[in-house]
Amino acid sequence: MSQPSTITIDGQTVPFQEGQTIMEAALAANIYIPHLCYQRDLTPDGSCRLCTVTVNGRNTSACNTKAMAGQQVLNNTQELQDIRQTLTRMLFVEGDHICPGCTKTGNCQLQAVAYYVGMLSSHYHHFYSYRKIDASHPDYFIDFNRCILCELCVRASRDVDHKNVFGLSGRGRKTHLVINSPSGELADTDFAVGDKAAFICPVGAILRKRTRYTTPIGERLYDLQPINVVGDAQQIHAGAKRHGNQN
Amino acid sequence: MATRTKLRVATASLAGCFGCHMSLLDIDERLLDLIEKVDFDRTPLTDIKHIGPCDLGLIEGGVCNAENVHVLKEFRENCKMLVAVGACAFNGGVPALRNHYSLKECLEESYVHGIGIVNPHIPNDPEIPLLLNKVHPIHEVVKIDYFLPGCPPSSDAFWVMLTELLAGQEINLPYSALHYD
Repeated sequence: MSQPSTITIDGQTVPFQEGQTIMEAALAANIYIPHLCYQRDLTPDGSCRLCTVTVNGRNTSACNTKAMAGQQVLNNTQELQDIRQTLTRMLFVEGDHICPGCTKTGNCQLQAVAYYVGMLSSHYHHFYSYRKIDASHPDYFIDFNRCILCELCVRASRDVDHKNVFGLSGRGRKTHLVINSPSGELADTDFAVGDKAAFICPVGAILRKRTRYTTPIGERLYDLQPINVVGDAQQIHAGAKRHGNQN
Repeated sequence: MATRTKLRVATASLAGCFGCHMSLLDIDERLLDLIEKVDFDRTPLTDIKHIGPCDLGLIEGGVCNAENVHVLKEFRENCKMLVAVGACAFNGGVPALRNHYSLKECLEESYVHGIGIVNPHIPNDPEIPLLLNKVHPIHEVVKIDYFLPGCPPSSDAFWVMLTELLAGQEINLPYSALHYD
């Protein structure tokens, strides 16, 4: 190619390689674009819409839009932060996100994104829907009420672990996470501690048992530094600080 | 007539645990600075039972019974600015965990089927405020002007909010003071 391929993000020139998405180019340049359903090893889903950026005047998701030379991308604008705050609020009211009652608190990416976009209230009416918790598995329990339908576990289990343990069922606001076993319980799958799907949940929906307080509240990933500095929650596992990421 | 320069502040705990009030008191000796600038109206600290006209109202806790609704509406009518303080005011918090069950199920679990209960019956004294079917965050009942999240908000978060409000500035919480847990 005669000239290097570049885009601009908020005025900053960012190089990219052929085939990269805007999100990948941004991450390579250490530019944070808020996201929940994106993880670099997995096929983008584009479902959370938090990575919405303005590309040449149009809003689109950065995780599944290819970077093309000359694109002018706006990321950190007040308008986009307001949209992201609205999306975050809707995620909060749709599920059971009562942080003081959740052991993921401090390591939760939904919480961290909400801090990042400056969410002070949930604003909307809460659903308070109730789905039964699955505690059947010896090492994990699943709180379906906290699932944000990002499909990270679905993709990780299908594409990386090749186990196909998770899926989404239902449509619209009735969409929910299901377990792929005859009984519908996690214990009847081959889901195990070493799986990628076992430590990919950005919120408190898939939780490892007996490790939840190895790192005290106040010393957790997002307690002292924001997500644009410390990055995604998936990089750490419950108790990672004391035990190493041993899975 | 003496001109009143001090701002008038009222506080209340609805369906909360008083943790937010404890955290407010935890500003320690800064209380002395605060008391130079504000007068307290109705608050658990003064034991005044009904609120008068106030500049600022702080509400801890969600709304779980009929009395909570009355208190909250009285605050809204009397306060120029009403602030939701803490996780329970924010989204119902821990008390809202009962929203998964019917009120009947909750009461029966506590007073009829619970472990070690003698003479089981659901309390029905007329002095006990009637419970609502669900616990609600306070923004579902009245308009709220500002939210200070946290369980509880740290004393520094209280201090930042109060001092910036008193100085007539926009509230700018540092990252360490913005927490939902």
